[in-house]
Amino acid sequence: MNIMALINALPGSIAQGLIWGIMAIGVYMTYKVLDLADLTVDGSIATGGATAVMLMLSGQNVYVALIGATIAGMLAGLATGIFHVAFGIPSILAGILTQLGLYSVNMRIMGKSNQAISVDNYDLILSLRDIPNAILVGVIFCAVLIVVLYCFYGTEIGRVFRATGCNEIMARAQGTNTDHMKIIGLMISNGVVALAGGLYAQYQGNADVNMGRGAIVIGLAAVIIGEVVLGRWVYFNYMLRMAAVVFGAIMYFCVIAVVLWLGLETTDMKLISALIVAAFLAVPYLKGKYKASHVKRGGGKNA
Amino acid sequence: MLELKGIFKTFNPGSPNEKRALNGIDLVLEEGDFVTIIGGNGAGKSTMLNAIAGAWPIDEGQVIIDGVDVTHLPEHKRAAYLGRVFQDPMNGTAADMEIEENLAIAKRRGKNRSFRWGITRKEREEYVELLKMLDLGLETRMRAKVGLLSGGQRQALTLLMATLKKPKLLLLDEHTAALDPKTAAKVLEISDKIIAENNLTALMVTHNMKDAIAHGNRLIMMWDGKIILDIKGEEKKNLTVEDLLKQFTIASGKEFTSDRALLS
Repeated sequence: MNIMALINALPGSIAQGLIWGIMAIGVYMTYKVLDLADLTVDGSIATGGATAVMLMLSGQNVYVALIGATIAGMLAGLATGIFHVAFGIPSILAGILTQLGLYSVNMRIMGKSNQAISVDNYDLILSLRDIPNAILVGVIFCAVLIVVLYCFYGTEIGRVFRATGCNEIMARAQGTNTDHMKIIGLMISNGVVALAGGLYAQYQGNADVNMGRGAIVIGLAAVIIGEVVLGRWVYFNYMLRMAAVVFGAIMYFCVIAVVLWLGLETTDMKLISALIVAAFLAVPYLKGKYKASHVKRGGGKNA
Repeated sequence: MLELKGIFKTFNPGSPNEKRALNGIDLVLEEGDFVTIIGGNGAGKSTMLNAIAGAWPIDEGQVIIDGVDVTHLPEHKRAAYLGRVFQDPMNGTAADMEIEENLAIAKRRGKNRSFRWGITRKEREEYVELLKMLDLGLETRMRAKVGLLSGGQRQALTLLMATLKKPKLLLLDEHTAALDPKTAAKVLEISDKIIAENNLTALMVTHNMKDAIAHGNRLIMMWDGKIILDIKGEEKKNLTVEDLLKQFTIASGKEFTSDRALLS
């Protein structure tokens, strides 16, 4: 139990947290803003990684590759959107269908289950061999994304977009095509997720068809940890809310680092992840239940 | 202003739950008509309003608003012509959004929304003035989340949102039914005021016979998916609850049975 080993591991956790934080910002858009549970992300993050790596292997510039990854992710989101909105499939199942289909698509993109890309031979913008740089890149991407999405949420379209997630009846009564909003949301969200996939593939030096397994759980963990820990200070501002999501992702990977340091195996991580998410999901519920059983006589002041 | 021609709607056709909700509705509203709609449970009052708003496609008939046939327009496109207030105070506003954001969304109803910023300083000033008119103290809480407001405050805000951009037709679907009597009276008073000031054409569903008589210039009674009574002008002004019950029995051949309508 060498505490130095843990401290040495933390910068890597922060870098990972920032990259997965980008993905979590995408998950936040569907899960929190639109109130849709979208499981496409497990597939679209790998699609992003696969697309980015294959584009770079074919000689494309890294930024072109990332744009390509984003577009591929948006197409995945479009598929889920059509399943959900046009065919009336419940969002959670629509996402699972796309995710399943994407496995084959990702295999087609890469030709095999894993494609390596070395920072020695390619001009990658981040790699786990240079953690400080990876953190810097992660911070820049998160910051730019948060500002861009914050501006989007503030526009005329962005506001009815949020209204769609909050109250569909109201949104339609005020002239919003809520179907379009959901499709747009699923596309942007999965585009962001795939972008994160493109960055993560560079970070770990390969794209793998299984790299997205359990990604949605990490995304949800980030959203929920951010909300439970920082919610009361950030609820009023979308920029801060998204920053809290990134913070949640970093927290998640730090917790994972601690658990590994305590001697658990890497393969135990899925179980740990599931338990962490379950625990953080339970906190707001149990809090509410506790409060409800202790309401003062005469009810709340707005009753 | 509004024309309904031979509207039929059956829910769950062919199933054991089949329900013939609208059974040939014909109705013409003149500009400035304020019509109250009364009828027992399941008479088709709310269904008629939903047919106008386009919540689902109708089986037969035509909906014409201000000369435009909207029968085949989806709900969100018809919204350009309509202001709506719902029975459930939760339905008309977005709880997680601020008062001013809700108003700004309503202000742009029927307009093409763009990537311009969703709210301007100038309209904020306008909203403060309008909220003052409600006399509920909301003008000082423009940045408060709507979820923090009471049911009555939310209904008043929804009314304001429904009429912020003057609608061709205002649909009030039992919008005071979920409120306590005092708040309900206040919201009705605000409704009257807004309708009169903007000279709006309005349909108001209510289960309260007294309210139906006291408000508006015309009253229709529904039963079994049909309009069975249509009273306007002088006759409407001199109407009493007893008259209504008698007329209902004659028109439908049944006793009026709705405890809610009789007791309230």
